[in-house]
Amino acid sequence: MDVINHDILIVGGGGAGLRAAIEISKSNPSLKTAVVSKVYPMRSHTVAAEGGSAAVLKEDDNHDLHAYDTVKGSDFLADQDAVEVFVRDATREVVQIERWGCPWNREEDGRIATRWFGGMSRKRTLHAADKTGFHLLHALFQTSLKYDTLMRYDEWFVAALLVDEGKLGGVLALDTRRGVFSILAAKAVILCTGGVGRMYAFTSNAGIKTGDGAALAYRAGAPIKDMEFIQFHPSGLLRTGILITEASRGEGGYLYNKDGKRFMENYAPSKMELAPRDIVSRSIIEEVLAGRGFEGPYGSYVQLDLRHLGEAKIMEKLPMVRELCLDFAGMDPVYEPIPIRPTMHYTMGGVHTDKDGKTPIAGLYAAGEGGCVSIHGANRLGSNSLTELLVFGARAGRSAAEYVPISKPCSSERLQSLAKREMDIIQKRYMQPGNGKEKAGAILADLRKTMDEKVGIYRTDDGLKDAVQIIQRLKERFTGIRITQQSKVFNTELTGAMELDNMLEIAHVIAMNARIRKESRGGHARKDFPKRDDEQFLHHSLVFKTPEGPKRETFPVTITKWKPEERKY
Amino acid sequence: MGEEITLNITRYNPDKDGKYTTQRYSIPYKNDWSILDALNYVKAELDGSLTYRWSCRMAVCGSCGMMVNGTPRLTCSTYLNEFYPKEITIEPLANFPVIRDLVVDINDFMAKLKSAKPWIIRKNKRDEDDTSKEYLQTTGQMDKYYQQTLCINCTLCYAACPVYGLHPDFLGPAVIALGHRYNKDSRDEGKADRREVLASEHGVWKCTVVGDCTEVCPKHVDPSAAIQRTKVDSAINWFFSFLTGRK
Repeated sequence: MDVINHDILIVGGGGAGLRAAIEISKSNPSLKTAVVSKVYPMRSHTVAAEGGSAAVLKEDDNHDLHAYDTVKGSDFLADQDAVEVFVRDATREVVQIERWGCPWNREEDGRIATRWFGGMSRKRTLHAADKTGFHLLHALFQTSLKYDTLMRYDEWFVAALLVDEGKLGGVLALDTRRGVFSILAAKAVILCTGGVGRMYAFTSNAGIKTGDGAALAYRAGAPIKDMEFIQFHPSGLLRTGILITEASRGEGGYLYNKDGKRFMENYAPSKMELAPRDIVSRSIIEEVLAGRGFEGPYGSYVQLDLRHLGEAKIMEKLPMVRELCLDFAGMDPVYEPIPIRPTMHYTMGGVHTDKDGKTPIAGLYAAGEGGCVSIHGANRLGSNSLTELLVFGARAGRSAAEYVPISKPCSSERLQSLAKREMDIIQKRYMQPGNGKEKAGAILADLRKTMDEKVGIYRTDDGLKDAVQIIQRLKERFTGIRITQQSKVFNTELTGAMELDNMLEIAHVIAMNARIRKESRGGHARKDFPKRDDEQFLHHSLVFKTPEGPKRETFPVTITKWKPEERKY
Repeated sequence: MGEEITLNITRYNPDKDGKYTTQRYSIPYKNDWSILDALNYVKAELDGSLTYRWSCRMAVCGSCGMMVNGTPRLTCSTYLNEFYPKEITIEPLANFPVIRDLVVDINDFMAKLKSAKPWIIRKNKRDEDDTSKEYLQTTGQMDKYYQQTLCINCTLCYAACPVYGLHPDFLGPAVIALGHRYNKDSRDEGKADRREVLASEHGVWKCTVVGDCTEVCPKHVDPSAAIQRTKVDSAINWFFSFLTGRK
């Protein structure tokens, strides 16, 4: 098999991946660095983030306030030392991306403007209208083009990490255009592959969000952390689950039930619509369960009303919300309230890393939604994730660039034998068309239904027990998967099967962890254990893959300044 | 059986016979389905080999552009009900080499994108990575370039551009618009570095002002206007260099 040598590979070309790539290219252009992505980088899902990016920039704000808001938002599961690093670096990173061309909205005097966001005690969310992720991603991508030393493997799918005795040696990757597998050797790999959203049916996430990085690391022996914590965003557009930004509420939008009442006063009287996402999402479900939701052909919903903001403000601050409503719901928020319900949005958990993106495997790093430092704990605050991509993308890049000169590459023979073992698995598992009967689409549909119904906003022991069993059955069905073609060129049936396999692997861990965590904390809400239980569960979960199945361990939460307290808004 | 709609989809697989054919699929008609929903239905239920790109399904990632009844469109935000009960023809984006079925090769576009130097260029390089404070920029200054920042690189404008169809060397609408975007940004000082490419023989002067790029742009970037403004700028620059003798 072909071996192409590198120093550092970045898997995934979204915000975290490109920020890491730029950091390395800038600090040490002599390193042979490449971004490997299953899509062209500017297609990455960072592009769909809307509302903004949080950082301390204004005189009335400070890093302790941002850190405290984040820790409280996390329901005290975030590692406070990591959060302190995050908020400090954040200020520098949002200015850096401004210098790279991001068109942040401005104050009258030309300084960067900020807006309100859920769970934030100050107006600290920078934004580029409501297309912040789009602008941030394109600014990063376009800036990355100025580094001639930075290579890219666009539309290459990473099928396995090659790890030799606890040390990273490279990846096995499929060039989807040619249909050929190669070994991309590297001393360091940074996984920046995003979350797992696609395993849910009602989600704001793009088709590419299939948990690839978590599955790759997990199979290679690295633990994945806090996977049970899934964020449901309160405002998913009815029918599709497409995101309607929290900035709609940050700019003054109201939520109404069918009695015309701003129901958030019953749940978070001080923050109202700007309570953190887990709380607003549960409140919407409570309203619907109490019969106070609206009913329509696409199910129950509540209304997000922007009409009082007026057309001028909507066009200036929320133009994408209007476009999305017109294009995907056939209604205009200038004249009508938006029908919304909670949509699966974000994966708090991910590959276990420290503050510099390091995993327990030497040479393996992770950053962004696919990693878990953890700064979000049990619930992420809106607008902390775009900032996270910048801060931890840069940190992982720096840390990998420091590691590479002092490490030795894996031998070519060893890589060949590791790759051969992986190729045998791939051949057997995905590439025997005609042998199986199971349609990938049917397995995926069953997985998504199971996750929505049993591993959703509210969870119970019975439901989670069912979910684990169903997922185990789906995994068995997967072994009989039918691929109808053997074509090499752009075989999306093959990559689709590998993505489905990744999702099944991680879904199992999510359901298992959710069942074991018999408490309610942040985004993990158990009907049968409605209270947070710090005595038993103030810890992270780490899950390792073993031949006997997923093995769960606990990992301590770092607490520096803020003792856990009751979380009220 | 409910109502049905017929899709005529271009098939091409270089691994098989390398011939372009059209395959007909009859699928259930749903009033609220996009073309992309229909393609996903075909792939999941009827024919797993059908090949196309998609991702965000909310008109921002730029992956799913195709020719729909002869016009370049984003298929995630184009609905069956616009055409029903007529048949719908779905082809790969025009003017690009086809990789397979509805997937086209955009590497030429990617290379041109880089050639226009779409990043902030400063005379003092240290400014570019200085994080001590932001550049000041008023909303008025931002208005001068903001429209052209909205390009999602979907390449629909290349599929619509008759000049690009005839002269593949033409830089094309989106790339010129992006060059213009940086030229007009008050934080940038790289106009002279971009002139060589934008005003080259393959740059703005190739454009014959058909305006189809602006017509098909799903994000209202108006590349045509950006090209005409860049022409004016480079004509003025040429005129002054003629007067002053500088290059």
